[in-house]
Amino acid sequence: MSRNHDIKKVLVIGSGPIVIGQAAEFDYAGTQACRSLKEEGVEVCLVNSNPATIMTDKKIADQVYIEPLTVPVLEQIILKEKPDSVLPTLGGQAGLNLGMELSESGFLEKNGVKLIGTTADTIFRAEDRQAFKDTMEKIGEPVAASTVVRNVQDGIRFTNTIGYPVVLRPAYTLGGSGGGIAHDEQELREILENGLRLSRVGEVLVERCIAGWKEIEYEVMRDAAGNCITVCNMENLDPVGVHTGDSIVVAPSQTLSDKEYQMLRTSALNIISELNITGGCNVQYALKPDSFEYCVIEVNPRVSRSSALASKATGYPIAKVAAKIALGYTLDEIKNAITEKTMASFEPMLDYVVVKIPRLPFDKFITANRTLTTQMKATGEVMSICTNFEGALMKAIRSLEQHVESLLDSDFYKLSLEDLIEELKNPTDQRIWAVAEALRRRMSIDEIHDYTQIDRWFLDKIRHLVMAEYRLRSEEELSVELLKELKRMEFPDHVIASLSGWTPAEVKKFRKDHNILANFKMVDTCAAEFAAATPYYYSCYDSVENEAAGVGDSETADSDVLETGNAGGNRKKKILVLGSGPIRIGQGIEFDFCSVHATWAFRQAGFETIIINNNPETVSTDFDIADKLYFEPLTPEDVENIVDIEHPDGAVVQFGGQTAIKLTESLMKMGIEILGTAAEDVDAAEDRELFDRILEETKIPRASGGTVYTADEAKKIANELGYPVLVRPSYVLGGQGMQIALSDEEIEEFMAVINRYAQDHPILVDKYLQGKELEVDAVCDGTDILIPGIMEHIERTGVHSGDSISVYPAPTISDQVKETIAEYSRRLAKALHVKGLINIQFIAMDDEVYVIEVNPRSSRTVPYISKVTGIPIVDLACEVILGKKIKDLGFEPGLQPPADYFAIKMPVFSFEKIRGAEISLGPEMKSTGECLGIAETFNEALYKAFLGAGVVLPKHKQMIITVKDADKAEAAETAKRFEALGYKIYSTRSTAKFLNEHGVHALKVNHIHQESPTIMDLLLGHKIDLVINTPTHGRDKTRDGFLIRRTAIETGVNVLTSMDTADALARSLETASDLLHVIDIAKVDRRGNG
Amino acid sequence: MKAFLILEDGTVFAGRGIGADRDVISEIVFNTSMTGYIEVLSDPSYAGQAVVMTYPLIGNYGVTPDLESARPWVDGFLVRELCKTPSNFRSSGNLQDFLEKNGIPGIEGIDTRALVKILREKGTQNGMITRNENYNLDIIIPKLKEYTTGNVVEKVTRKEKTTLPGKGKRVALFDFGAKGNIAKSLQARGCAVTIYPADTTAEEILSDAPDGILLSNGPGDPKECTGVIRELKKLYDSDVPIFAICLGHQLMALATGADTYKMKYGHRGGNHPVRDLSTGRVTISSQNHGYVVDTERLDPSVAVPAFENVNDGTNEGLSYIGKKIFTVQFHPEACPGPQDSGYLFDRFFEMMD
Repeated sequence: MSRNHDIKKVLVIGSGPIVIGQAAEFDYAGTQACRSLKEEGVEVCLVNSNPATIMTDKKIADQVYIEPLTVPVLEQIILKEKPDSVLPTLGGQAGLNLGMELSESGFLEKNGVKLIGTTADTIFRAEDRQAFKDTMEKIGEPVAASTVVRNVQDGIRFTNTIGYPVVLRPAYTLGGSGGGIAHDEQELREILENGLRLSRVGEVLVERCIAGWKEIEYEVMRDAAGNCITVCNMENLDPVGVHTGDSIVVAPSQTLSDKEYQMLRTSALNIISELNITGGCNVQYALKPDSFEYCVIEVNPRVSRSSALASKATGYPIAKVAAKIALGYTLDEIKNAITEKTMASFEPMLDYVVVKIPRLPFDKFITANRTLTTQMKATGEVMSICTNFEGALMKAIRSLEQHVESLLDSDFYKLSLEDLIEELKNPTDQRIWAVAEALRRRMSIDEIHDYTQIDRWFLDKIRHLVMAEYRLRSEEELSVELLKELKRMEFPDHVIASLSGWTPAEVKKFRKDHNILANFKMVDTCAAEFAAATPYYYSCYDSVENEAAGVGDSETADSDVLETGNAGGNRKKKILVLGSGPIRIGQGIEFDFCSVHATWAFRQAGFETIIINNNPETVSTDFDIADKLYFEPLTPEDVENIVDIEHPDGAVVQFGGQTAIKLTESLMKMGIEILGTAAEDVDAAEDRELFDRILEETKIPRASGGTVYTADEAKKIANELGYPVLVRPSYVLGGQGMQIALSDEEIEEFMAVINRYAQDHPILVDKYLQGKELEVDAVCDGTDILIPGIMEHIERTGVHSGDSISVYPAPTISDQVKETIAEYSRRLAKALHVKGLINIQFIAMDDEVYVIEVNPRSSRTVPYISKVTGIPIVDLACEVILGKKIKDLGFEPGLQPPADYFAIKMPVFSFEKIRGAEISLGPEMKSTGECLGIAETFNEALYKAFLGAGVVLPKHKQMIITVKDADKAEAAETAKRFEALGYKIYSTRSTAKFLNEHGVHALKVNHIHQESPTIMDLLLGHKIDLVINTPTHGRDKTRDGFLIRRTAIETGVNVLTSMDTADALARSLETASDLLHVIDIAKVDRRGNG
Repeated sequence: MKAFLILEDGTVFAGRGIGADRDVISEIVFNTSMTGYIEVLSDPSYAGQAVVMTYPLIGNYGVTPDLESARPWVDGFLVRELCKTPSNFRSSGNLQDFLEKNGIPGIEGIDTRALVKILREKGTQNGMITRNENYNLDIIIPKLKEYTTGNVVEKVTRKEKTTLPGKGKRVALFDFGAKGNIAKSLQARGCAVTIYPADTTAEEILSDAPDGILLSNGPGDPKECTGVIRELKKLYDSDVPIFAICLGHQLMALATGADTYKMKYGHRGGNHPVRDLSTGRVTISSQNHGYVVDTERLDPSVAVPAFENVNDGTNEGLSYIGKKIFTVQFHPEACPGPQDSGYLFDRFFEMMD
């Protein structure tokens, strides 16, 4: 077996917008695979609708299509580009489904295109429920007994044959709504009846309940010759019942003996062989804790979130190897990139422990139900590496950036015992803090195990951490021995300080005096058996040896010329790039794009680059992006440990989102030069008074307002300004906690939410201006500014910029407004002494332009604007940071001429996954991802953008419109357009009355609490395409509007909460066409002439 | 309680004593398996050696009934962290008590990775485990340099001929320190297994007219086993099918004129890829050896390489010309480690037919 030289050009399918359950891991896998294909001389054609990804960069692929991921679009790309093969296994479930559809329809065969990486038969046998069950039975692999029922009687009959409890999963209800666990016939009847009603196809899966079993995963690889290996196994701290994406996961497994480990490993190899998979595969098992009995839960015949985690946990690049296998190589022909000595046909051995903790979005959705279930809710995750479990857990906790740095920070101490037991029985994202609290109350491990089903081994480890807290509190003197033990378990200095009564500085000094220092170890895939060539490090305290280089050359550079990267002699200058941590709403994959591009740019300029990050899903934590990778939490103490041995010549913070910006002050205290815009200028943009002064100097208007700490102060300012006002904390990203308040009561409510956490910075209260929202990203060299283009939001101000549809070039503003924006941007960048990137948001009312906010750093829109204008602004920013001038870089300063096509960025939400989340749009960001529509006409771009976001209409041509009074006039106009498109419109009383009076034939439908049939019945009848509902104010979950929106979302109906969005959708449908024109954006030159 | 590992190069690692409180001098080797410490401890091939586990958390699942022989054989046990409160449904207690009861000293709390890197760079070294804080390197190091494992086969082999019943083929298992799962693998295929002590003569085995002979794994330098090598030459000359594992494989090579040498730090773990040279297929194997057959000095008219290690190209098995004999360096009986090469027992069966 060897390289198949018939494969010359490959179409790689990406995974589309980031949604819960399908996130950055596919950008990581796709990027790695594309690079792996290119190094084999294969021409790579890429399609992905997500413009924030690194894979959609012209550096990564030869042709790049940021187009909707639909079969007709892919067919057009294939006809245009004529690839000989399609690789569908790197784009998650979305990519796999598309590959399957292209194959099944005969399109690929007809056009002489091969599916590589997998076969349609493999996909079918792994994905189709019945085919999978049959395949497992054939090779004697057990699966949990299950059947699909269409009525209650069949459900009872089947359950009687397998026994209670059973899990019920209604088919095609997103968010797993209507499902549950039935312990007896009465529960079964109740849940089943409801589930059948909610299921769009009237089907419910009844399955043997294996909740409480251990959940174990294996990552397996196989080549076409049939050689297989397991890359890694992982054990979930959370038993079966919590989605693995929401579980705390540990690698390798901890509580399995070799007999259990090998039993499941052999099973995984049998499965991958029987399914004839070539490439990577993930097998999930449920293992009964008190016997060798197990069930195969699921097989993913592709790379996955788990394979990204396994790659980072072991150093084994699964996607890269999978791409090589797709080209025909066998595992023993592929080099292990870490050791450069051994081959890919071996199994990584870990000499450390890896812990992954998911990042859940309940800080954004404070009304949502925090319970963890089989429906994944996490938006991202962090990973940590340590020599012991306690340390890895502590590192992961602080990597989450959720204001919590130990097991102490929780409110559970206030709970009654009964409530605490309820917390234990009902796992939420805070379960380990609940366990810690129970341990503090001396609850036995056995009792906690009975409530949580978490293995005693994990509970015992948490107990060690609780005991350490206790020792620290009770010991009179902090001894060297205790401090060593605490640091081994990764207690941060300031936690030790707060428990011991010392100051953090005293703890640090005591520690350093006694040589209790972090050492760095290498992730080498082989537990030190072979010398490794790749500098991928983690820290620990129980070590006598530091493996990280930089120890020898720790003297700082003698020259302070940064441009050349040469520090004198042969040593390169070192630049520290701070990553952006876990993906969360408001800080997504865009910042990884920026960090990676910055790293590449500095590397190109001759610097040694060092990345610190803790997100296993990302490209930035791939071991060959920077010269050195430190997989560590992004806190001052952790960063300082690295600084102490690396002595970087400078650090860049402007690319890593708020995570990196927050570290600026600490880095400066460590004596590290901040490259680019100075820290005090970053402060000036955030600090209300300083910023007001700058605006005054530069004569730029903004909405009036003030800063407050308390609700009373806020109400006072609000009443002076007059409602509505915008309330928001400073120094946050994604508008966290931002709200429009209409009354004193709302101020009270919002301030209470913001002040859940002590605020280091004041809260801003501004007059709310309603107008067009505009945005620019620009590069400034201190003198000149380069503005690639102006983006205009379709939604009026009041909807967070990240949740707005953003159009480039701005279609509706006058030249005068454009000039004003360019001029204001120039003045602001100059006044703030920006060196590097700046993002500015404006409001235009009539021809007046106001500044909303200025962020002297990279933003969410940087990848989008870079790609659609062809101007690589991160690279340019890096050059500027190193001292170059915009004029030297071949650009005329100022606003660049617009492109001759439209590019529309559409937000994508994951509301169906989070029960109880309020979905109406407002100043706080809620979208998880984005997609792009790009076309020569505005309308086609808009249509593509909706299509890419999964808004595929019409289906039944029936819709519901119910809006607040202020929106009724606009709603009538929009309704007319939908009516003209053939839509039948249903409305509740007042909206119906208004619409009918204004020439729309709206059918009146009863409110929820009136007699049947109500609006709810209409939704559950599964005949509605769309709901337009603009919410009245307030966060009351029982309001009708909230229930309608949630029900619609959970039954898969599109819901729009802004009239502007609704209007845009009508417009897109009016011009809908099957014939879309696909654009290769790799051909867009940097001046954007198409 | 403090404990020290002193290496012959003078390096000293300080940690906490675990297991039995006694000094021991042994050969220090490392094993990269992440699970299977019970099997490692009780593998007779480790007689004369103290084992460092590269995985940092050892003892997590306690003492399970997975012993590969009647008792643990390692001289000492070196880990980063020993689990005091294990969790597994088959656990009968913690490893600390098990080590203590079996008189095995050890150390926890040492930087095992740093230790492994020394062994990797400088090669396997002798070392001493002691709790004596007043150790004197000038006295100890010469002693360490003197140490050899000696003929450990005679220590670990069964003392009496034993027969395990079965209705199928009759297999003679020549025991140089056999792991329990070898006999179990044969029995699982229906064999009647007769186990012979290492000092049994070829004539005695052949007089029982077995259908096949299995030469087991075992500890130490194969060249120490001069008596066994002599008997193996006779078994080679008989036409009884022979399958050999690990030490058995090395001894058969020596008996037929080939040579063995000591590797820098050996192969010990469950992740080594071996290529079957007849098919090109690669499987992941369980390994435990410090010596290897020198293929340079192989007479191709007697035996040819049948398996090779994908990582370093060293020999992993031989196929004997004109004979029903094949031998492997790795462990198809697994325990611990991957079960992927269990099919070799079937191949042995085909030979006996």
